[in-house]
Amino acid sequence: MSALDGLYQQVILDHARARKGEGPLPGADAEHFERNPTCGDEVTVRLALEPGTDRVRELRWEGSGCSISMGAASVLGELAVGRSLPELRVLVDAYRAMLRSRGADVEPDEELLGDAVAFQGVSKFVMRVKCGMLAWVAAEACVAELATG
Amino acid sequence: MTSTTDAPAASGATPASPAGGPGLSAEEVARLRADFPILDQEVSGEPLAYLDWAATAQRPRQVLDAERRFLEESNAAVHRGAHTLAALATEAYEDARETVARFVHAPADEIVWTANATDALNLVAHAFQAATLGRGGEAAARFRLLPGDEIVVTEAEHHADLVPWQELAATTGAVLRWVPVDDDGCWTADDAAAVIGERTRVVAFAHVSNVTGMVAPVEAVVALAHAVGALVVLDACQSAPHRPLDLPALGVDLAAFSGHKMLGPTGVGVLWGRRELLDAMPPFRTGGSMISTVTMEGSDYLPAPQRFEAGTQPVSQAVALAEAVRYLEAVGLDRVRAHEEALAERLVRGLAAIDGVRVVGPPAGVPRSGLAAFVVEGVHAHDVGQYLDALGIAARVGHHCAQPLHRRLGVTATTRASTYLTTTDDEVDRLLAGVAAVRGYFGVVDATAGGADGPAAGLALDGSVA
Repeated sequence: MSALDGLYQQVILDHARARKGEGPLPGADAEHFERNPTCGDEVTVRLALEPGTDRVRELRWEGSGCSISMGAASVLGELAVGRSLPELRVLVDAYRAMLRSRGADVEPDEELLGDAVAFQGVSKFVMRVKCGMLAWVAAEACVAELATG
Repeated sequence: MTSTTDAPAASGATPASPAGGPGLSAEEVARLRADFPILDQEVSGEPLAYLDWAATAQRPRQVLDAERRFLEESNAAVHRGAHTLAALATEAYEDARETVARFVHAPADEIVWTANATDALNLVAHAFQAATLGRGGEAAARFRLLPGDEIVVTEAEHHADLVPWQELAATTGAVLRWVPVDDDGCWTADDAAAVIGERTRVVAFAHVSNVTGMVAPVEAVVALAHAVGALVVLDACQSAPHRPLDLPALGVDLAAFSGHKMLGPTGVGVLWGRRELLDAMPPFRTGGSMISTVTMEGSDYLPAPQRFEAGTQPVSQAVALAEAVRYLEAVGLDRVRAHEEALAERLVRGLAAIDGVRVVGPPAGVPRSGLAAFVVEGVHAHDVGQYLDALGIAARVGHHCAQPLHRRLGVTATTRASTYLTTTDDEVDRLLAGVAAVRGYFGVVDATAGGADGPAAGLALDGSVA
């Protein structure tokens, strides 16, 4: 597989086109906006919890950007649902560690990361790590907000 | 430091031709390319096609050698000290000023060294601000703004020629107005006439747009501005490197350009201004080297250009920039321009012929500088740039420091290919082939309808374009 095909895995391109979790979320418990000023990509992530719990009922997002940032938001929208806030934080940490591995040959935890393992190729493209992290950083901020609030 | 023994290969062998005349032959371009070591390398297993000259230009060996030679033979603090090296360094530094002055047909004492063009434009905006606060006395009256006075820019400006003016308006009570652009990102003298009025005190705009490649109607705008007593500030970053430039003859009052976009180093830029204006402008950065007398109560300032050159200056960079100027002059700016206009025509016609590609800026057939920004429908510019990089093609993606223009065009980002004197037809053709395959790769076009063979069509694993 060429490096480019490693970056643009079919899973990512599919998610970037047929986006999961895209749209508004009225009555969200947390909301965070992230913008990458160098390329203009932006995303707003909203989280709603199951009433009386710390479990994610729904994660929805709105934004615009490249296939990596949009694909990553879509995968997140799918993976976040049903997780507790601490579990979501573990997921984000694992995803970040994978993206920051700079192409090192480490096996990501497929069980934990699911479709997000497709983003392993992004780690070889340092300039694109921010794209892959955009929505995930916004979700992390939502988690932090709910944890302290 | 006036030696031209390292002049480019084209020097002497091919005399400059009149404007609109022939550009550079393929053989000449090949000889010039040999002066740029960085171009001779592979990226992603393909020969590098550097098409990002408008962001930063690569430097020929002559420029790199000139800077090294200065540092190895004559480096010292300038304008101070009595030793031999100090004298040599000062001579080289001031000779560089004369060389750059000649390049834009201005006297040497009208050339101010700055850190870059952004710094130069901030210097000018700051002069207005300081004058408005009462600095500079009566001499600076032309730079004093009253609440309701107007600063005019265009919607197409680079942030460097927009944000300083926004700050100036915010700190003085002046009003920022702008000339709107059309759906192609272009504007006309009539558009400017509708905005420039009795309250206009300064008009600032790019000679050549870094996004659309549009060449501004400078003379018409100068006439409009001067008719109401406004000063004209020209952002010449994309014109000085690419076409003959006679700043006094253009009629503008102040102009800024950057060293690293014209084969010179980063860290050095130029502000040109009419002598009487520079002398009337309050200083920007203050400190050593720009004063005549300093007491604990206050200081007197040197005349321009020294007034604006506080602290240690980019000396080796200025010396190298002068070598870049000599390099360009030896090739001939009129021929550089003709070469790039031909490339731009090839680029724009080629891009416009690709399904799903929208070129911004003047349509094919209308003169533009040697660059083209474009949108590939359904594929984000960042992804286009990544795909091109895998083909060894370096193009710029993003908003190119012109967010309002992109907002007006209805996109957050574009892909931009920009050429210079070493760019070949083959490089442009490789870009066109790459762009033609982008939508297929990202699955935006139906495999059959788009003429592609499905995802990844057009990009074989060895990186070649099918």
